[in-house]
Amino acid sequence: MEIQKKVKYEEELDAGFLEEIKAMSGCKEIQECIQCGTCSSSCPMAVYMDYPPRKIIAMIKSGFKDETLKSFTIWLCPSCYTCQVRCPSKIKITDIMYALKRKAIQEKVYPARFAIPVLDKEMTRLISKYGRNSELWLIINLYLKSHNPFGMLKMAPLGIKLMKTGRMSLKRESIKGKKQLRGLLKAIREDAQ
Amino acid sequence: MNGYIYYPGCSLKGGSRHYEESILPVFREIGMPLLELEDWNCCGATAYFSVDDTMAAAICGRNLSLAEKTGKDIIAPCAGCYLTLKKSNKFLTSSQPKAAKILKDLKSVGSEYQGKVNVKHPLEVLIKDVGVDKIKDKVRRPLKGLKVACYYGCQLVRPYTDFDDPDYPTKLDVLLEAVGAEAVKYSAKTRCCGGSLTGTIEEVGLRLNYILLKEAKRKGADLIATICPLCQFNLEITQSKIVSKYKDDIRLPILYFSQLLGLALGIAKEDLGFSRSIISLKPVWKKLENGGTR
Repeated sequence: MEIQKKVKYEEELDAGFLEEIKAMSGCKEIQECIQCGTCSSSCPMAVYMDYPPRKIIAMIKSGFKDETLKSFTIWLCPSCYTCQVRCPSKIKITDIMYALKRKAIQEKVYPARFAIPVLDKEMTRLISKYGRNSELWLIINLYLKSHNPFGMLKMAPLGIKLMKTGRMSLKRESIKGKKQLRGLLKAIREDAQ
Repeated sequence: MNGYIYYPGCSLKGGSRHYEESILPVFREIGMPLLELEDWNCCGATAYFSVDDTMAAAICGRNLSLAEKTGKDIIAPCAGCYLTLKKSNKFLTSSQPKAAKILKDLKSVGSEYQGKVNVKHPLEVLIKDVGVDKIKDKVRRPLKGLKVACYYGCQLVRPYTDFDDPDYPTKLDVLLEAVGAEAVKYSAKTRCCGGSLTGTIEEVGLRLNYILLKEAKRKGADLIATICPLCQFNLEITQSKIVSKYKDDIRLPILYFSQLLGLALGIAKEDLGFSRSIISLKPVWKKLENGGTR
């Protein structure tokens, strides 16, 4: 067996990554991290993560850009904010996870058919277009664009229960002010350029 | 602002309509009937912030602007909407240059926002504006004998809420005890249900909900009371899969706190959306009939 080198020497790291993240909304306190591990021990998802939150912070600070943006961790964060309210250095860890998700989407370094970013993008698309989310359409599109579409069949028993109790409808929700909303998003887009 | 305008969000019009069906009669009963915000758009939840945070704050700004025009503060029963609107409100009223830009864009489409609106959750309003004593006086059918695990989840109590503790909140316990129920000591009360993970990575979702259900069972709860549509949905729909996967019968009714409150205030059972429950509520009715004698 050969020993696999996982560490990186300075010249292999992305020196600008920390500054890049610090410039994003909610991330400027990241340098105050004392590596106490309160975030990782508070995180209900840490057991499923490839790098727990404490490590992610350390990795950003050291310039492990590729590993951070391609990690499973950033998608697993469900925004429960436990780490954020407990952090003794008042680092907005949940907001950092949001920033990393956005960065991964912007730089297209996320698995395109992975259900979590698909769900995020799909819900965003529905709301931007119609002003409202339609639960059933969101789920249908989630399956078509990520999981095996046949996976939906497994959901049938639940779907029937929800139909029976009047909790699911095929109606596409929409607002009257769609034009206003789209105008707003257009203005924001133009401002960003 | 004077009074409240109701912001339902997508869940209360969809899979969680029994939350709306119980929160509206409860507020009517206590003399604060709620009107729905006209032409509200979705809050964007965690999804929009994962894609574009500027646009996410802007679409919330449209809702805040609509509310401001009514002269009322927002009441948002969904914990996701509550947090998202509160977070965006905080950002839009901050001194950040990006916020000023969004406000300018809002104004350009006839959606001016001056920053006057507060965002509240019904639990907060019931505790702070109405008061437990007043609610206690209105109880006509005390929930005697009912053991409840009060589940707060995450986004109501973290990170912006100032009306309860972020790690060990107690206000829902206090409210339901005031109307006659017994709140069990529920250590998982703010542990995350996984949110949308139940639909994206099922293995993780099942495990998280198993922990929550198991702990409530262990404490002898007859049901779990929730304040958030996604929590209620996850805790309810995962049960049959959890039972077969973990070979552990953790089945428990999962109700909205407003359904329980409505019951205690004497509102007819048929008018509180109980028929929407997927899990059998028979054990709950039996407990209430017996009135605590067992």
